[in-house]
Amino acid sequence: MITAKTLSKAKRLWGDHGQSALEGAKVCLINATATGTEILKNLILPGVGSFTIIDGKRVSGEDVGNNFFLDQTSIGKSRAQVATELMQELNADVSGDFVDETADNLLDNSPEFFNKFTIVVATSLSEKILLRLASHLWDNEIPLIICRSYGFIGYVRLVVREHTVIESHPDNVHEDLRLDRPFPALVEFCDSFNLDTMNKKEHSHTPWLVIIYKYLEKWKQQHNGESPKNYKEKNQLKETIREGFRKNEDGVPEDEENFDEAIKNVNTALLATKVPTVVEAIFSDSSTNKLHFESKPFWILAQAVKEFVHNEGKGALPLRGSIPDMTADSERYIQLQNVYRQQAKLDVDAVSNYVQNLLESIGRPQDNITEKDIRAFCKNASFLCLLRSRSLEQEYDVSSAKIADIAMHLEDTDDDDLVFYVMLRAVDRFFTEYNRYPGYDMDTVESDIPKLKTCLSKWLQEYGINQNIKDEYVHELCRYGACELHSVAAYIGGAAAQEVIKVITSQFVPINNTYIYNGMKQTSLTVEL
Amino acid sequence: MTGVDWPHRWAHVSKILTRPGPFAHPDFEACPEMMDFLHDDCKLLIIGAGGLGCELLKDLALLGFRNMDVIDMDTIDLSNLNRQFLFRKKDIGKPKADVAAEYINSRIPGCKVIPHFTKIQDFDSSFYRQFHIVVCGLDSIIARRWINGMLVSLLKYNDDNTVDQSSIIPMVDGGTEGFKGNARVILPGVSACVECTLELYPPQVNFPMCTIAHTPRLPEHCIEYVKVLLWPQEKPFGEGVELDGDDPAHIKWVYDKASERASQYGISGVTYRLTQGVVKRIIPAVASTNAVIAAACATEVFKLATSCCQVLNNYVNFNDTEGIYTYTFEAEKKDNCAACSQIPQHLTFSEDDKLQDVVDHLKESAIYQLKSPGIITTIDGKNKTLFMSTVKCIEDATKSNLKKSLKELGLENGQEIYVADPTTPNSLLFRLQLASKMDD
Repeated sequence: MITAKTLSKAKRLWGDHGQSALEGAKVCLINATATGTEILKNLILPGVGSFTIIDGKRVSGEDVGNNFFLDQTSIGKSRAQVATELMQELNADVSGDFVDETADNLLDNSPEFFNKFTIVVATSLSEKILLRLASHLWDNEIPLIICRSYGFIGYVRLVVREHTVIESHPDNVHEDLRLDRPFPALVEFCDSFNLDTMNKKEHSHTPWLVIIYKYLEKWKQQHNGESPKNYKEKNQLKETIREGFRKNEDGVPEDEENFDEAIKNVNTALLATKVPTVVEAIFSDSSTNKLHFESKPFWILAQAVKEFVHNEGKGALPLRGSIPDMTADSERYIQLQNVYRQQAKLDVDAVSNYVQNLLESIGRPQDNITEKDIRAFCKNASFLCLLRSRSLEQEYDVSSAKIADIAMHLEDTDDDDLVFYVMLRAVDRFFTEYNRYPGYDMDTVESDIPKLKTCLSKWLQEYGINQNIKDEYVHELCRYGACELHSVAAYIGGAAAQEVIKVITSQFVPINNTYIYNGMKQTSLTVEL
Repeated sequence: MTGVDWPHRWAHVSKILTRPGPFAHPDFEACPEMMDFLHDDCKLLIIGAGGLGCELLKDLALLGFRNMDVIDMDTIDLSNLNRQFLFRKKDIGKPKADVAAEYINSRIPGCKVIPHFTKIQDFDSSFYRQFHIVVCGLDSIIARRWINGMLVSLLKYNDDNTVDQSSIIPMVDGGTEGFKGNARVILPGVSACVECTLELYPPQVNFPMCTIAHTPRLPEHCIEYVKVLLWPQEKPFGEGVELDGDDPAHIKWVYDKASERASQYGISGVTYRLTQGVVKRIIPAVASTNAVIAAACATEVFKLATSCCQVLNNYVNFNDTEGIYTYTFEAEKKDNCAACSQIPQHLTFSEDDKLQDVVDHLKESAIYQLKSPGIITTIDGKNKTLFMSTVKCIEDATKSNLKKSLKELGLENGQEIYVADPTTPNSLLFRLQLASKMDD
């Protein structure tokens, strides 16, 4: 039977394995605010496994006003319960649960409750409770994402101790063609053709990869075995290719798209094959070098690929094994594709051997890492990603806070969106001091402005930041009075949900580590704090 | 209109509207009446009730807008349910606009969403003129261009040729593809319109026919072969049945045939899913990107309606594949834009060029990108249709003109020709600049 699940379009973006990771995930939402339910909505729709809402509040009139998953009849009832019921309607395949209790109660009485979740989403928590929650989750290696909508401003902070990504799905990537260091099968394939003796059709349907290879070889013979190194030399190589166009009886060059493509691709095709610095860093990471019985497959695979690079690879990663589309006849294009595929397979086999040896050396069964995992890892070896975000404690503690970075952002003459991070910290300080948000009530807006300004000064002073922040920002934040505009909550709901999906599926690259959204200008900023 | 409200219902939005702010538009006057304007007077048109449209309706309703019309010509499909959250299984087959409107009206008391299960082209200027702001959540560039043309045509000009401010209906437009999206604000006649920035929507990349027919290399080529060549030839579901990307039987047939062709050429990678993707030419939509883009659009509508903050100037791109990235910039109004500049367009041809060359130019040129231009002119005081492909009998009667040269058709230097096209509600006026061979 065809169900909505099998037709899920999003699945095409993160694949069956991504989808099953999502379907196995348990998400915890703290506080069913508009921002909270909007995030959850975007996880329930694509089919997250289960969700649990923790919220000790009763539904108020203003809650219903900006939250799609509360209704008028729910005023006075448990916010956790009503939101769970209304969200459950979105997708029958997702199971929902709630706890009618505050997060701090849970932290006091049964903190281990949080340990069963794949990720915790926190909204609307005071600084004090947030720091307690963050520290508990950090110790138990549970990812935490903190989300907030405040007037026109949005904030997302991802706290994850260690996150590794094999499939980062980069947007624009250089092909891995190895023309700078052709492998034997590629040499053999290219050498089997002679451009001069081909008929017209063959000539105009020879893949550009072969054309560049041929002209490059010729170039090298004339230049002591060296490839073109600079702009000028690359242009000279292009010129020699241009002379290779077949000419008709009048001496006019024929339309040969493959030669045009060859000229266009000279620059990228001559890029040196090398191990990206990010991947080098993963190779030299202590998790790669000190494998043990509990090591994650990612690190075992990294060590295996590293050994491959030092041996068979002669300094290069396993071949990706794919080529771009290009003008060619089907037969030779597919042959060329197979040349690359075969070599990639040989590389995977070599890596497999290392994996088996490594598994054996740490006493893990051989089937712990499948052939498919190894293939995926080799194919994505250039795009591996390792994220170790800083803890919330590191961010808040004056001795480890990124004070110089913050000061640098604030120095920008063009207003930098980081100013809103500082303002939100000042707002939180105000809350700690007065137990309410600045401008929450209409009649305190004016009188709260100087108070918030004092909080801001104190904060800046405590962190030793000398930069001045314009009074306008203090006024604007007082105007907001902790209001949550639905459209800002919905924006953060979309952006944060996607970060949660990245963490759950281990695909795509999450933020590191703070995202600030400025709804006034529709600008945003990501910064590591 | 207070009967439907409960205490503190609008507490969040009210804070923004009743308090002055240093970043508000100079026209902004903080007052409680602003809320009444949103509730009772401000009229919005939402075009599209799909992934973006559902989000837009929810976002705008929860910001306090109540008078909204929504247009969508589609019905609900099973595959919509995982992101178009106003629809349930029981709604499959019903018009999207109807179900979305009913859901919003029942969940958000006071909302009066009026649905229109129809095409945007079925309404004329008197319909569009009644709205304060038009919001688009469309996946069709043609529809976007058409509505842009409509709003430009509603502009009135003062004696000094400046735009009459009261005739401007702002257009807020959002679009998404996978993890990418964009949102923009268009003030017709004042800031860049859709046609000013047509190059931002690159023409569809089509695989060359010879590749599809003779030298397939990719699984996509095999699928395209079945779609373009085999389907019309074999008519597997009967005469005149068009390939429907949402019909599993159709997709299955294409998939089987494409697999067959792929195996002949030793090409691997034809899957059912890829087949559907190629047939429908879609990059799958995701709930989260729709949420972000619709939210950005709704925020801009809120600002335009209330002046509570400066409006986006005027374009933002969003991408969250690698981290979260936004790029905000001012798209520039084109001085000689075919839609919004009021400057007649010139077409330069030689008198020996064929009418086909003119048609091709209008379709292929990056600044026009017309779909099926019809060409009308006046000769000896009479209107004459030189070519028109949208009506079968006229196409048959005028097809032979395509092969004629402009000279043979009696066209002269400076001749005015009118071009009709599905991308615009009104004909475009061109002035022909003809050069005779001697001038070259």
